[in-house]
Amino acid sequence: MPKKSITIALAGNPNSGKSTVFNNLTGTRQKIGNWPGVTVEKKEGHLKANGYDLTVVDLPGTYSLTAYSIEEIVARNFILDEKPDLVVDIIDASNLERNLYLATQLRELDTKVIFVLNMADLVMDRGVKINADKLSELLDVPVVFTVGNRNKGTRELLKTIISVAEAEIELPRTRRVYYGKDIEKAIIELSQFIKEKTDTKLPYHLRWVAIKLLENDKIVKERVSQAGNPQGEAILHEAELQRLRLREFFDEEPEIIMTDHRYGFIAGIVKEVLKTVSERRVDVSRQIDQVLTNRLLGLPIFVFFIWAMFQLTFSLGTYPMNWIDSGVGWLGQSTGQILPEGLFRDLIVDGVIGGVGSVAIFLPNILILFFCIALFEDTGYMARAAFLMDKVMHLIGLHGKSFIPMLMGFGCNAPAIMATRTLESEKDRILTILINPLMSCSARLPVYILLAGTFFGAKAGNAIFSIYALGVVLALLVGRLFRSTFLRGKVAPFVMELPPYRAPMLKGLLIHMWDRSKIFLKKMGGVILIGSVVVWFLSSFPREVQLSKDYESEVAALSAHYGAHIAAVQGDRIEKLVRERDQAVTALEAQKAKERVENSYIGHLGKSLAPIFGPIGMDWRGSVAMLTGFVAKEIVVSTMGVLYAVGAEEDEKSEALKLALKKSGMTPLSAYAMMAFVLIYVPCLATVAVIRRETNSWKWAAFSIIYSTILAWFVAFVIYQGGKAIGLV
Amino acid sequence: MKLSELKQGQRATVVRVGGYGPFRIRLLEMGFLQGTEVYVEKYAPLKDPIELILKGYHVSLRVDEAARIQVENVRDEV
Repeated sequence: MPKKSITIALAGNPNSGKSTVFNNLTGTRQKIGNWPGVTVEKKEGHLKANGYDLTVVDLPGTYSLTAYSIEEIVARNFILDEKPDLVVDIIDASNLERNLYLATQLRELDTKVIFVLNMADLVMDRGVKINADKLSELLDVPVVFTVGNRNKGTRELLKTIISVAEAEIELPRTRRVYYGKDIEKAIIELSQFIKEKTDTKLPYHLRWVAIKLLENDKIVKERVSQAGNPQGEAILHEAELQRLRLREFFDEEPEIIMTDHRYGFIAGIVKEVLKTVSERRVDVSRQIDQVLTNRLLGLPIFVFFIWAMFQLTFSLGTYPMNWIDSGVGWLGQSTGQILPEGLFRDLIVDGVIGGVGSVAIFLPNILILFFCIALFEDTGYMARAAFLMDKVMHLIGLHGKSFIPMLMGFGCNAPAIMATRTLESEKDRILTILINPLMSCSARLPVYILLAGTFFGAKAGNAIFSIYALGVVLALLVGRLFRSTFLRGKVAPFVMELPPYRAPMLKGLLIHMWDRSKIFLKKMGGVILIGSVVVWFLSSFPREVQLSKDYESEVAALSAHYGAHIAAVQGDRIEKLVRERDQAVTALEAQKAKERVENSYIGHLGKSLAPIFGPIGMDWRGSVAMLTGFVAKEIVVSTMGVLYAVGAEEDEKSEALKLALKKSGMTPLSAYAMMAFVLIYVPCLATVAVIRRETNSWKWAAFSIIYSTILAWFVAFVIYQGGKAIGLV
Repeated sequence: MKLSELKQGQRATVVRVGGYGPFRIRLLEMGFLQGTEVYVEKYAPLKDPIELILKGYHVSLRVDEAARIQVENVRDEV
């Protein structure tokens, strides 16, 4: 038997347990991407059953199919244009009435539908019984029960999917929403009019088109007037006449009356299929919320959860981070030994392994962070977080949901920007993305620790904290500015469901976590690789530079000098001399490395940029460090290590580097200006790549680079020059 | 009376959702229809938004959004 394929679209309200059913159906064989042209996440999975290849497309969760939000448009267009063999509507059985609203709209489309009553166990717990046979009969649609989080009913669902998809018969459409005499008359007249005017059949169900035109649906209107249909204008005109008539008659928009009728239709069904068999029992979810969104306890508990998330991410993450770090170090070293000395080895070891290693090291952080976020999302706490924080975010014209991505920014901006996918409004998303890098990520911390530790002594903690605070204040100001200029627009209405708390499933959490981490690794790996190689190239070329001394012969002379001494002495003295010799050689090599960088392209670039950095208190070494920091901000520290000639492999705790910095002419004031600059300027390469990916445009990525750098310079200028003017050093 | 004028623990019946365009339809689609019972579960710690229960589910609205919803028959939950 030849293999046949079936495409299924999963539709349903947000929080209806759609993704759990999706995971149960497809397991881990999922593909995540974006819907074409928009920044809505698209999930697709595959499975084989009964000799069929099934493709399951997870549509965005929506409450309705009006062209209100981008999610709804995406979901509807998929059903209309891609014509899946079957639409499976996941209905939260414990919230039947509202979930049936989408269901009635799906039935109006020209497509085969199955209803899945999910989480029916919850309903039983509440002492309510749903008569599925009756529901199926009333709506002419097959109904399957599932309990997603216990993976019950998946097999039966598959069976039903295949049998319905196989069936050639047209589904009967006897039971449909009756919109009342006057609207029905308008629907019939308009359908008739469309039918007469179009020779070729419209690609969609006639009644549906008429209904949508009466509802003034902008997308359907566009399609009717395009559709290669000369009578488009006439149809739209007729629809407008009918709308006018209805509006006059009802003294109300027709779409409002139609919504009313749908709910009326639903109320009738609910009355027949729901039976309360016992008194309502305790609502656990509601009781949890008495505590978690409590007037007094709500915010402290929220702060605690966030604190716990950060602790987990950064404390627990340290161990695997160290393993990866030593792993990368070992890989670099052993590769270095295998390959012959030369350009290629430097490229592989310093450029590729070093650069990619600097990103790979964040993997544990990212995995843990995403696990926590998935936990918040899957339990339903995320909606509470938005509920608690909406007032604060509303100050900059953002939705409460923006709070979590902003907060995650303190960990790492790249995943934080990916987390903006939970936002519905495009403008909200772009705004949240643009101000996110102002949340000081963990990669910037080593720079602060080095500078504050060197110049602020016991007050280092306060200095670092004030930098974080500066970031938050700037985010608020910049957010307001952008919101009131080019990202102007209505603040997205808050209307947000607070779904019942649910025990998360480990499998779901892991899938969630891994999907996002995978994106981070795959996309960022590539960009970081290229970026590291570019920076490596700029700092290692030109190869032939005029060095001030012949380092190689000096090293040789030094070795010979010590060699002679070592041969002449015995015992402990040998060890001491060997140590002395190694130190002298290291110092020479550090000197050489410094000169190399100084004379490389990046060194020249840094020097030519020095006039720009001068007014903010940085010399050419500072500007070169800032340039290399574009790849990843923590690189600033190691670049400074090289430039201040204290040998390679410096970290923020190195005493030698601190000493060198103090001697270099930097002051607490210029160090603070530099910290502010590092906070604000160009997001790192990985973040820029994520911005480009998530906004789907180079324009926003470029804008982010430019505005942040200008802002950084300006703020550092004010700090440095202002500080000098009031006599600070 | 406006829905936003209700106190925690009060129940009322929706009369009409005011305002224009998509926001109004969205509220209707979420179930804020004439005659629907709404219960004010609580206000957020910062007094905005409001958590409501209607049609057996919990939903939150900003105070200025709730102000567009006219209600009647306001009563305290017994």
